[in-house]
Amino acid sequence: MTTIKTGIGRRSFLKSSALAGGGLLLSFSWLGGCNPSPKEALSLPKEWFELNGYLKIGENGLVTIMSPNPEIGQNVKTSMPMLVAEELDVDWKNVIVEQAPLNTNVFTRQLAGGSQSIRQGWKSLRMAGATARRMLREAAAKSWNVPLDEVTTEASMLYHKGSGKSASYGEMASAAASITVPKEVELKNNKDFTIIGTSKNNVDGKSIVTGKPLYGLDYKKEGMLIAMMVQPPGFGMKLKSVDDSQARSMPGIKDIFTINTYKDDYARQWCDVDAFNDLVVVVGNTTWEVMNARKALKLEWEQFKDHDISSSSFSGDKVSIKVPGGLENSTRHALLMNEYAAKPGKVVRKDGNPDAAFSKAAKVIERSYSAPFLAHNTMEPMNFFAHVTADKAELVGPIQTPEFMEKSVAARLGLPLEKVDIQMTRQGGGFGRRLYGHFLVEAAVISQKVNAPVKLIYTREDDMSNGVYRPAYHALYRAALDADNNLIAFHVKAGGIPESPLFADRFPAGAVENYIAEEWSAPSNISVGAFRAPRSNFIAGAEQSFLDEVAEAAGKDPIQFRLDLLDRAIKNPVGEKNDYEPKRYAGVLELVKTKSNWGVDTPNVFRGVSAYFCHDSYVAHVIDLVMENDKPRVQKVHCAVDCGIVVNPVAAINLVEGGSVDGIGHAMYSGLTFTNGAPDQSNYHQYRLIRHREAPREIDVHFVKSDVDPTGLGEPPFPPVMGALANALYKASGKRHYQQPFITEGVKRG
Amino acid sequence: MATFNLTVNGKKQELNVDPSTPLLWVLRDHLNLVGTKFGCGMAQCGACTIHLDGKAVRSCILPVSAVGDQEVTTIEGLSENGDHPVQNAWLEHDVPQCGYCQAGQIMSAVALLKENPTPTDEQIENTMSGNICRCGTYTRIKAAIKTASKTINA
Repeated sequence: MTTIKTGIGRRSFLKSSALAGGGLLLSFSWLGGCNPSPKEALSLPKEWFELNGYLKIGENGLVTIMSPNPEIGQNVKTSMPMLVAEELDVDWKNVIVEQAPLNTNVFTRQLAGGSQSIRQGWKSLRMAGATARRMLREAAAKSWNVPLDEVTTEASMLYHKGSGKSASYGEMASAAASITVPKEVELKNNKDFTIIGTSKNNVDGKSIVTGKPLYGLDYKKEGMLIAMMVQPPGFGMKLKSVDDSQARSMPGIKDIFTINTYKDDYARQWCDVDAFNDLVVVVGNTTWEVMNARKALKLEWEQFKDHDISSSSFSGDKVSIKVPGGLENSTRHALLMNEYAAKPGKVVRKDGNPDAAFSKAAKVIERSYSAPFLAHNTMEPMNFFAHVTADKAELVGPIQTPEFMEKSVAARLGLPLEKVDIQMTRQGGGFGRRLYGHFLVEAAVISQKVNAPVKLIYTREDDMSNGVYRPAYHALYRAALDADNNLIAFHVKAGGIPESPLFADRFPAGAVENYIAEEWSAPSNISVGAFRAPRSNFIAGAEQSFLDEVAEAAGKDPIQFRLDLLDRAIKNPVGEKNDYEPKRYAGVLELVKTKSNWGVDTPNVFRGVSAYFCHDSYVAHVIDLVMENDKPRVQKVHCAVDCGIVVNPVAAINLVEGGSVDGIGHAMYSGLTFTNGAPDQSNYHQYRLIRHREAPREIDVHFVKSDVDPTGLGEPPFPPVMGALANALYKASGKRHYQQPFITEGVKRG
Repeated sequence: MATFNLTVNGKKQELNVDPSTPLLWVLRDHLNLVGTKFGCGMAQCGACTIHLDGKAVRSCILPVSAVGDQEVTTIEGLSENGDHPVQNAWLEHDVPQCGYCQAGQIMSAVALLKENPTPTDEQIENTMSGNICRCGTYTRIKAAIKTASKTINA
């Protein structure tokens, strides 16, 4: 048993009180936080007793657990409360889950990003449950006049074996609420888990399949107006003039004006990235009226010049970002990437003597890989509700970084932080796009200006043309083999527009005697941001395709080739700063090898393998590809995952399946190109996302049995599958793929 | 502006709107039925799928003036208690991730099964290819449709 000090997140435990008048607390937020519970569950209680900020217990035993983090489809609204429920020892069918509002006094790290919600909440959420359980036990011990350590719990019940006494949590809740919060509590041993590791269906499932209002775009408030913005038609441009004379008189239109999202002298946070700071805004009664008025605007745009933006990095360091002027083109980007790749980059890591090793090599393999800008394309376009009055701001909608954006809004409106209230809705996808909440600031500025509640809505075209893209990337790899086909040197030079995708300390660093990693970046005025598994989402596919080609040149089986390298990293690692654990890395390769029956060939089935480490987790894929009418189709994906303890298997499998489909889709079909600063794709007739008939027919997911605390899962299954796809396509067509999306290179049978 | 008399989920609705207003925005802004989602506005993603006389239609490009006396069914009206065999199958397979596209997926699946109660894998894939799921839940969608097909035909 682990004993843990409740000082972590202590703030949430300071207040422990009985909250009388159930009516007050029963006014659940509009956001449908109160889930329709399973049929056999209890009805709502008359009174709630709040034992700490994470949970409250009704007199009839019903438990409400707050889910602190933004739900973007990664299942935290189900899996985070499971951690609380586990340590509370509550019967899951008597649990209802409510989305917590942003409240930094109670909750820590209310953020969806970096696949860290479960990992970072692993202790604090369990502690919240354990603390409440301890208080219930203390209340029972006091009431029954028995020693505390003789009071046990099971499935929402308290027991004292000696006296035969028992009570439900509901019966003891009132007394427990007046118990002093313990200074430390015990957490369960992993082997005693009854909820963690069992599959619990999505707590919002019923609301989703019946179309209940869950998402930001569904939010409504009395007197609410609709706002839309118009942005420049391309990057490198800004507003010159507005003629709104016709639009202004159209039906349902309330106002038309321009806004600056961020003030010029504002030092931006890392999540304040936007593409266009000067926007034209149309406000009206209904969406269709506003859409029509937008079309009647006569706007002129002009190019902007080079300028600087004051900002800060994720770690808080002040940085000045140079934004170059000019209208960019994808054809120019391609040339630029080749130019940079031909020049020396910045050496980030060097082991041994790569130059010497390359010069004495029996065989040198050199290949270049590239991938385009990507738009996140969350199915729910950007939107936010804001109601700003003289002394406060109320905001509701989909945001991955409420804690950060609260500061941006407060600074922009000139309000103290505590006067800004942010409620999180369920989000129609995140993928990193909603880390950057400029649309929330825009909504607040618009509401302030029109002095009314407003919902800002982006169209798909607005959303896809609005920047904050995955950067365009390039990687050049070289490998040196000796006469016995041993990998004696490895060289990667990676860069991008405008940032590098390199992880210098990841595999095969540590597994090769002579190793050099260089990086470069080229400036651009196209704004970029994190996109599901940032940087890994390109470099994994490039590296894993290259290793496949090197293994082939060495005459080795691609899995065995990787395992041999990992064996070196396990037994005698090169360098001291290797990011990954080679044993766990090898573990997923071994597992996928077994589960896919690797080495047993099936006629007309073409296989590719890959493995990658990111967000503290390890994932390996084997893809079985078939050619049908000269078109490739993924018959089956075999996937092995080591993400430590799996909290909610049904959802974890869903995430791995989805990540695999998403990765195959982006590598094969998706990409954003530019002509004179303007994106060439603005909606799904031009921008391809993988569709049902292109998706794998079958996906088999296997988890490594592990006692390690949970690591990331939302992102890790996404990057490696791109390499497995490229390698399977090669087996099918005899042609290697170097440029994403592969569809542009032609993917016919060779 | 013009007056329209619609039948939505079995209920008569009278409203006064611009005839060019897509049914999607009539449902969402005027009738407060927000289960039907906005995804692309050009019939490319399927998030806005509804039924007109039982047939799947993209409501984002359908002007309200074209509805006439056809019965409109939205996700909210698919079943009284949210227990249509397709909805049940969706829950059984725990299909949704973010969930945003799923109302449209379900409406397409229901229309498919109505027309063809025992679709092949290929028929499911082709019919459902008009509905994009960025989370990539396609394999579960297919499994859920097969489960629903069994229930319907049992």
